[in-house]
Amino acid sequence: MLQEEESRVTDKERTTIVLFSGELDKAIAAFIIANGAAAYDHEVTIFFTFWGLNTLRKDEQVAVKKGMLERMFGWMMPRGADKLGLSRMHFAGMGPKMIKHVLRKHNALTLPQLIELAREQGVKLVACTMTMDLLGLQQEELLDGIEYAGVAAYLGDASEAKVNLFI
Amino acid sequence: MADIVIDTKGLACPMPIVKAKKGIDAIESGQTMELLTTDKGSMNDFQAWIKQSRHELIEARESNGIFTFIVKKG
Repeated sequence: MLQEEESRVTDKERTTIVLFSGELDKAIAAFIIANGAAAYDHEVTIFFTFWGLNTLRKDEQVAVKKGMLERMFGWMMPRGADKLGLSRMHFAGMGPKMIKHVLRKHNALTLPQLIELAREQGVKLVACTMTMDLLGLQQEELLDGIEYAGVAAYLGDASEAKVNLFI
Repeated sequence: MADIVIDTKGLACPMPIVKAKKGIDAIESGQTMELLTTDKGSMNDFQAWIKQSRHELIEARESNGIFTFIVKKG
């Protein structure tokens, strides 16, 4: 019985998503698909690279040692899921406010809620360490309990998955 | 009467399917789950979800904008 249960776990379908973009609308789409795939009983991994890493940033300022350039990047990039802009109709910040309003109106989840749900469903969140270095982001600045890896880990997961998306 | 009733009326995608997964996880093989939703895409969503699972869709109906699905856990 236990063996049967174990084999079922390893036989699970997989889904991987690369979240490269740092915009609210794209991140929402990525997390809706991730949550749907988890409900399909897939093992789901989201790899965050480049601007997508900002989705994982903590919203408070974290005291870390940084160079001038990295500090500037830190100031210019959105600090966390609730601060992301829209890829279209951003309107100097009005767009995201409107989207958040219509999400609430339609009883849809906001991005922070989608992230929480994904974690609850066991979706693996992986930050790309190479681009963290490029953008000057340190582990302390990102959400707790996520994983850190590079392209090889991504390919390891992706080659076993039927659904692989780049967003 | 189903062994578990999951009411997702008013909730948007992906919540109905996420709650369905949680509901199915909470019952034993052979037991049934009744799920209610107002999500307009749910007729296609549920059939697709059932198709890749070990479960069986016993009933799928819609009346007054409320979709009802009865699923037997496989």
